[in-house]
Amino acid sequence: MQDSYVATNLATKLDDCFVRREPLGVVLIIGAWNYPLQLILSPLIGAIAAGNCAILKPSEISQATEKLIAELIPKYLSQECYAVICGGAEETKTLLENKFDHIFYTGSQSVARCILQAAVVHLTPVTLELGGKCPCLIYGRLDMKAAAKRLVWAKFFNAGQSCVAPDYVLCTAETREMLLPFIKEALESFYGSEPQQSPDMGRIVTDRHWNRLVELLKKSEGKVVIGGQSVKETKYIAPTVVVDIKESDALMQEEIFGPILPILTIKSLDEGINFMNEREKPLALYAFSDESQVVKTVLERTSSGGFCSNDGIAHMTLPGLPFGGVGASGMGNYHGRWSFETFSHKRGCMLRGWGLERVNVLRYPPYTESNLSWLRWATTAKKKGWASCSVM
Amino acid sequence: MSSPPSPSPTRWFKALRRTRIEDVCLKSGAAACAEVLKRARAAFRAGRTAQDSFRLAQLEALVRMLMEHECDFVDALGRDLHKPRFETVMSELMTVKSEALHTISNLKKWMEVQRIERSWATAFDECLVVNEPLGVVLIIGNWTSPLQLCLVPLVGAIAAGNCVIISPSETCTHTAELLHRLIPAYLDNECFHSVVAAAHEIPEMIDLKFDHVFFFGDKENGIKVAQAAARTLARVTLVLSGKNPCYVDSQCDINTTARRITWARFHNAGQSAVAPDYILCHVDAKDNLLQALRCALLQFYGTDPRESRSFGRMVNEEIFNKAKDQLWRSGKVFIGGQVNDMERYIAPTVLTEVVESDPIMQQDVFGPILPILTVQDAEEAVAFINSREKPLCVYAYSSNDKAISKIMNETSSGSFCLNDSVLQSVMVGMPFGGVGASGMGSYHGRYSFDAFSHKKSCLLRTTRIECMAYLRYPPYEDRNLSLVSLASSLNLRSQGWCTIL
Repeated sequence: MQDSYVATNLATKLDDCFVRREPLGVVLIIGAWNYPLQLILSPLIGAIAAGNCAILKPSEISQATEKLIAELIPKYLSQECYAVICGGAEETKTLLENKFDHIFYTGSQSVARCILQAAVVHLTPVTLELGGKCPCLIYGRLDMKAAAKRLVWAKFFNAGQSCVAPDYVLCTAETREMLLPFIKEALESFYGSEPQQSPDMGRIVTDRHWNRLVELLKKSEGKVVIGGQSVKETKYIAPTVVVDIKESDALMQEEIFGPILPILTIKSLDEGINFMNEREKPLALYAFSDESQVVKTVLERTSSGGFCSNDGIAHMTLPGLPFGGVGASGMGNYHGRWSFETFSHKRGCMLRGWGLERVNVLRYPPYTESNLSWLRWATTAKKKGWASCSVM
Repeated sequence: MSSPPSPSPTRWFKALRRTRIEDVCLKSGAAACAEVLKRARAAFRAGRTAQDSFRLAQLEALVRMLMEHECDFVDALGRDLHKPRFETVMSELMTVKSEALHTISNLKKWMEVQRIERSWATAFDECLVVNEPLGVVLIIGNWTSPLQLCLVPLVGAIAAGNCVIISPSETCTHTAELLHRLIPAYLDNECFHSVVAAAHEIPEMIDLKFDHVFFFGDKENGIKVAQAAARTLARVTLVLSGKNPCYVDSQCDINTTARRITWARFHNAGQSAVAPDYILCHVDAKDNLLQALRCALLQFYGTDPRESRSFGRMVNEEIFNKAKDQLWRSGKVFIGGQVNDMERYIAPTVLTEVVESDPIMQQDVFGPILPILTVQDAEEAVAFINSREKPLCVYAYSSNDKAISKIMNETSSGSFCLNDSVLQSVMVGMPFGGVGASGMGSYHGRYSFDAFSHKKSCLLRTTRIECMAYLRYPPYEDRNLSLVSLASSLNLRSQGWCTIL
């Protein structure tokens, strides 16, 4: 919260120049259903820290959590400053007609566009945390067993319903052949031979989402090599791996958001990188390799919200790292200090004194050549260490 | 190198009548934009802007362009805005040059990867924040400072490694034409382009899909820009003009105050988005302030400002008529008030007995007119300021600490300046931008670089150290959960908490 001082220069040595972070006002935080607590409370922490009041709109799809948040927040936080509003699409639309000082939204691209349209009318800044198809490139020399374990953990955590879950894998045919047995092994060690019986395997959130996933799997022209089973009553889909996927496959047309992992084959690193670059910038991009050159190349030649090598999801758990998207995967970021900055306004403040008026006089009319020469001399920026002088 | 003197009023006007707008040939409209956008994208994808050496070379070329064509810029701005040479050099050319030189000396530092504190679970990993360019940026300039408002953001966008399309304001035709001619001569032809578009064509241009749009202008057009950007999920930086309040306290150095306010309000003939829009004068200071303003005006522009070479004109008929209208229908003229239709001249004018319902208090002022309202104290001033939308700048002139605190702490604005005006918007080290109705995002110096970059968080792990990670894998056991919770709480007091996740 401290003001950050700005280097002063020749003409402003007697002045105070600093940046102060001011609260914006009332912030609207719209949560999502996949991590219903974290995605609404984590931004709330930032909003509170920056000195704002907040209105929370938890996702109506995760009903039990929504109810719990609505019940508990007024009990623990100031009721005047923080409120919880529950409702679906219609209620959210009405809510958005009000003017907020910042809107924080986690969710899908299509809804994000509506929110942006409602926000711009009031000139409200927006932070959007959207999804996208997070690619996972596996290339070169690597410890297959460890890589498979981490990939499987990241993909099937929360039954694949994470905005940063590796959506699809790109690897060579040889890598794939070596990887598949390790994936099977990892799945067995995590969820046993019958994942449906495992208490640690998640379920799909609603019937509608379950139907969508089952449809995708049906339409896919790939070959199911692991899993593929589904049970409607319990909204269960087995951890599934599909190979021989082409770019035009149904599974490649939208974000999967489920426990289905397509594996596409590439012949070279370049092909993999070009494939990823032709698509929209994702929220996260993963590269598994023990060759640091491979990792470096992927990091430098692709763009994404965040990047993680040899693991999945982990990069978003560190509060020191900014978490956010770019391009189609969103705008703005948060977590830790970044949240504080997101929910603050950086106000440049300059406190001048009455002194140095003799220097100031140079800038006043009537304009003369000699004054101009003096000012030119004074404002020629010096080398390192000096911010440029503005006597202007 | 001898430069032409500031245009005298009659010479300027004769020159204006000679130039026909059709003579000036510009690439304009959305169609032209689509074509250059394609080229810029291809250049970006090919990685042309990636290296710092490329970016530095472009910035240095920009500085050379300003220095080698100073006469041309002075001439163009003279024709467009009747801007005196002094103002062109100081507020347009030098500002951009300072920005560019500051950026050049700091670029390598800004481009460095930022390393984040590691926790003991990530001790073997690298946690970095990398600054990535966004892609292709669109910069929409403004007529009030046609050079500076296009080129200062351009410096930031180049520094961050983007390709850029600038759209200088079509209102200043000569400046737009000059930029259009010079940019290809100095900057890379594939990465940087200039396109001129009318205000109504801009949303169509934005629909072509940019990675970031920078707009400096009025609120109405700002909303249109934001709406177009929303359709393509483009990021925006909006700096929107509004009404900047200026509080004058009973305790202040009244003469210096008057001079500084006069300079800030009447340079560029009042056509500035950062000038104090209206004064909230403490009732005890009013008479002194009015006298001091009269003295300052006399000192700056002489008895007949129309003859002064230091005073400008209105940019076009529309702005001229609007300002005239505000002048005639608001308050009472205390100083000035004369107009000349042929020259689009309005004398530096101070209005008193202005009330909130007057036209001049309902719209932005783009003209050399300074309305003065009276308030009882700082408290009333704060209440007045807070009853209106958040402005781009709030100014206060006072020696009284309590009043200063009150104004600074109890109002919100893009920026704040005590005992002076406008300067805080050109300081290279300070962020300049709006908040609420005055916009979003900020720029200048490092803030420009950040505005036009994407901060990509990177976690580089190794598969070799698997021992920590196993705790997070299923089958989930309470024992593991306890261990993880313990590890997290252990690190809570030190920087960053542990994520064994």
